[in-house]
This record gives sequence, structure tokens and C-alpha cells, in this order.
Amino acid sequence: MDSLVGRVRLVRLGPVPEGIERGIEKAVRNAFHGEITPDTETFTIDFAFDERRYQYNSTHILYRLERIPLRDHDRILAVTECDLFIPILTYVFGEALLGKPAAIVSTHRLSPTFYGLPPDPDLLRERTGIEAVHELGHTLGLIHCSENTCAMHASHSADAIDLKEPSLCPSCVRQLSTG
Amino acid sequence: MSEKARLLIVDDEKIVRESLFHWFSEDGYEVVTAESGDAALKHFDQAPFDVFLLDIKMPGMDGLTLQQKLREVDPNVAVIIMTAYASVNTAVRALKEGAFDYIVKPFDPEDLAHVIRSALERRRLLRESAPPEIPVDARTEDGLARIVGQTPAIEHVKEMVRIVAPADTTVLISGESGTGKELVARAIHHASPRRHMPMVAMNCAGLPEGLMESELFGHEKGAFTGAEAKRRGKFELADGGTIFIDEVGDITPKTQIDLLRVLEERVFTRVGGTEPVKADFRVVVATNRNLRKMVDEKRFRLDLYYRINVFTIVLPPLRERVADIPLLVDHFLTKYAAAMGKPKGSLSEDALNALTRHEWPGNIRELENTIERALLVRKSLVIEPRDLPLVSEDTTMEHRLSLAEAERVHLQNILDMTGGNVSKAARALEIDRVTLYNKIKKYGLQR
Repeated sequence: MDSLVGRVRLVRLGPVPEGIERGIEKAVRNAFHGEITPDTETFTIDFAFDERRYQYNSTHILYRLERIPLRDHDRILAVTECDLFIPILTYVFGEALLGKPAAIVSTHRLSPTFYGLPPDPDLLRERTGIEAVHELGHTLGLIHCSENTCAMHASHSADAIDLKEPSLCPSCVRQLSTG
Repeated sequence: MSEKARLLIVDDEKIVRESLFHWFSEDGYEVVTAESGDAALKHFDQAPFDVFLLDIKMPGMDGLTLQQKLREVDPNVAVIIMTAYASVNTAVRALKEGAFDYIVKPFDPEDLAHVIRSALERRRLLRESAPPEIPVDARTEDGLARIVGQTPAIEHVKEMVRIVAPADTTVLISGESGTGKELVARAIHHASPRRHMPMVAMNCAGLPEGLMESELFGHEKGAFTGAEAKRRGKFELADGGTIFIDEVGDITPKTQIDLLRVLEERVFTRVGGTEPVKADFRVVVATNRNLRKMVDEKRFRLDLYYRINVFTIVLPPLRERVADIPLLVDHFLTKYAAAMGKPKGSLSEDALNALTRHEWPGNIRELENTIERALLVRKSLVIEPRDLPLVSEDTTMEHRLSLAEAERVHLQNILDMTGGNVSKAARALEIDRVTLYNKIKKYGLQR
């Protein structure tokens, strides 16, 4: 089956929890049959730190990501452990601009430890994979889906992500297949 | 979304406009932005919008003035005020002047999504309750046409609706479960001068006291654990229109006192709030219980009973209007055949005889379900007695559910009652949200 997402360059923005990149690769392959290449380089995002909010402005990071060479890839996906925000919202799990080639996802609020719960690396990997598929879906022009289990369904809390699968529903796949 | 809802975002800060534009676009909304009140009015001149998000502080025309101008054109516009903590008092003023809600910057994503969904839902209700201008008599007959039947018992009900609809009188509709009380309430609203405003329905059956109060009167942010945003109650949503309170006999003694005060003064306080809120609404209540008997047994307040028992319409059970069964059967056959895309067909004489002999403890609702099922299972275009589950299945369906199925049905009911709000549903069910999310996933429930 042809890849729906093309070749994806995966970059780390600072250290990320162990196994996270593998989780993303697995989810992206499962959802899009896409080829994903983890980058050996780690990028810093100090420029996006907001001292008043103690968070990182994800839109600033996205604009910077768009300037990184794609190097034979079709899009770029960044993963970070930092807490992300956009100015109008208290936080975001990730961000992508519709139809643009760059996306970012944060593990910060996907980890059960953020909510005072014991660590659960498997759950964190699964949630990050789903959110990576979600943001990559936006780079392909997909909007939020009403199907509860589709990765493109909008989730505004970590436990709501657990309702979703790391895959696209038939309707979203059809949209991508038919262009 | 089957039809894209249109949002107009008005804020002088470019970053706010752009952020919200992208965020709502991902949700499938059609989004237009404006940097000033004047620019917003120009957009409004060109095309209607479902929801307006207005920044309160803008150079030139501020959010409050813009809201006033929008409401002069359309009193039903759904306005959400965006504000900073420092200007919350002004936002409260905006609410008093008709804004749907306000939200404080920066927004919690869940709050923002919730407030937009609520505003759109109210918009939908307003649309549904605003039929085109037609003569009063025609409107009344249009509402009554949905009450199917020609027996003297049902003709009397229709006559009562014709008499009471144009007045603003409180109406008590009594009748067994499944006799069509909400249908009659809608016919009254539809034929009343309040028809352009919403009819808001509230079913009190089985609701815990806290949830019932929150539903009826609304609540303030932080009023209780999980009250993450201020929410308007049914009385506020019914402002200008009609509130239909079903199963009023299920209201707890404490809520009976609060309800009495609201009915007498049309003033109430949101749960967790101190400010009195005024609303103008007509009241239609319904019950399947004997309220007079409940008063004698001290389970229902006498003063509340007198307050709601101004004009009573008693709906006959189906067994007392057997002659209407052929008409009702024809009505439901037409309805469900169209819905299923099947030919309408007919009933054999034996099947019709079986229907007229049946006791119908579940009344018209039971008959409707029976016909819908028969259309599915019939072996030919003619429905025979074997297609009608009248002997045992109809009255014992609830007892035949498996434990898992009963849980699924109950969870969906509670989610429906709470408008899909998981926090509220979890509280009503006395389980934590994670457990409820897992069950939503397990059963594929709709929120």
C-alpha cells in the first residue's frame, strides 16, 4: 500500500523519554504506512521559552521547523518533553498548521506523572504515537473527525486520548486517498 | 459536523485572531476574523454567523458596544466575550446585556471547546423553535396535527391546547408514561406567542439532587469539584421561551422549595453563586404520578402543587382510545417506512385485532416501538400477528437486557442528560472520569 504521509523526518527537541521515537515510528507506520527517519541531531528550543508562563511557544517552534531542510523528506515532525502553549490557550499537546509540512508533539502532559500518577512508559508511548498521527494528519490537511476512536478526533485531556486508536478511520483515509 | 458552523472572531491582537483561526479551522468550523468592531459589522452585513467571539477591550468600538449593535440587528445572536482577569466585571455586564457566556484568556482548551458547543446548541434550539410567520390558527393546527387521533378523548386534549396556548398560563400535563406529554407541551409552545424563542425540556426522573439543581439553575465556575466553567441552567436558556419540566413529581423536597421560589418570582441563583438572575419564561410541567396523593402523603409541597396546577390537561392512556389505534399505526408505518427507505405496506386484519386487544401499558411509545420492530421483522409487505411481540416481549424488554446491555443503556442515558459532559456524568454515576472514559470506549457511546 502507498504511503499516505510520504517520508517523515523525526527530530528531537532536547532529550525525550526512552522509547518515544520507536512509539512514534510504530504509530505512523500503522496509520499512514509512512516511512519515518529519526534524526541523529538534537535541536534546542530555548528561543521559544516564555518566562512568564514557564512554557514553550509551539507556534514559534513550528515556524523555525519550517526552515529546517527536509532533506529528501516530505514533512518534519518534532518531539519534545517541554510543555507547549499557544498564546491564546493554557497548553497544547502538539501543533501543526493545516496543510503545512511541519508538526510538533509534546510528551509533557501526556505522561501520567504530570497528573500525579505513577509512571507508565507504555501508556506514554501510546499517547505520543496517537498525537503524532493526529498532528501529521493536520499537515495533510485533515481536520478534526467526529469518530471517537479516530486519531483525528479532538482531545483536550490526556485520558480522552486513550479513547482513540493510533490509526485513521475509513472516512479520514478516504479523504487522503482521494486527495 | 454536517453543516459547517460559522464563527466570527473579533480581536485587535493579530496573534489571538491567528491562533483561534487555526484552532477552530482544525475543528472544521468556518472561521472569519476581524480586527475591529467596524470590520466585524461589515462582515455581519454580508453574511450571518452562528457564534461571535468578541474581545472586550479594543481600540475604537469595544466589545460591549459591538454586542449591542449586533443585538439590534438580531436579538438572538450568540456572543461569547473574551476577557482578561482584570476585566471580568465588564464581562459580567456583557452577560447581563445578553451575551451567551464569557471566557478568560488564556483559555483552557476543554473550556473553549465546551463553550462553543453550548453556544451552537442554543443557536440550534432557537432555530428549531422559530417557525416561519404563519397565522395563529394555522400554527396551532400545525402543532396539533402531530397529535394523532380522532376519538373524543384526544379531541378534548386538542381543544384544551387551543384554549391555553395563547395565554401565558402555567400548564400541568398529567398522564401515564408514553402518552405523549412532551408532544402536547411542544404543541402548546408552538402555538404560543413565545414560539420564536426556545422551548427547553428538562426531565427530572432519576436525577440526583445536585445535578438537578445544577441543570435547572446553572452553576458558577468552581461551585463544586469538576465545575470547570460557569454554566447556564435550563431556566436561563429558556429566557423568553418555555421551560418544560417533565416528571415534576420526582423533584426532591429541597429543589421543590427552590422551584416554588422561581415560579413565584422568576428569579433564582446559580449553584455556587450569590447574584440573583432574572429570566422570563412560561412553565409547562408534566407528571405520570398522582400529585394530589403525593401532597396528602407529604411528599409534594401543597404550595408548589397549587402553583403548577393552574390549568391541567389529562392525557388518556391508549387503552381508553383504542379506536385511534388504526390511525396511529398508519402514522408510524408512514414515518418508519420513510426513515428506513422501505415500502409502507399494511397490517393484516388479525394483526390489527391483536393490537386493539392489547393492554398497552407503555401506551403510544410502546405502540410506536412495536410498529418500528414489525417493519424490520415482517416477512412480507403485510404485517402479521407473528411480527408483533405483544405476548411477552413488549412489557418485559427491560428485564431481558443483559447486565452489560443495561449498563450501556444507563450510561448513554446519563451522558445524554448531561449533554455529553463527562465530568458531570461521572459525578452522577459516582465513578471517576477515567473509568467512564474506558466505558465510553468499551461500549462506543456517543457524547
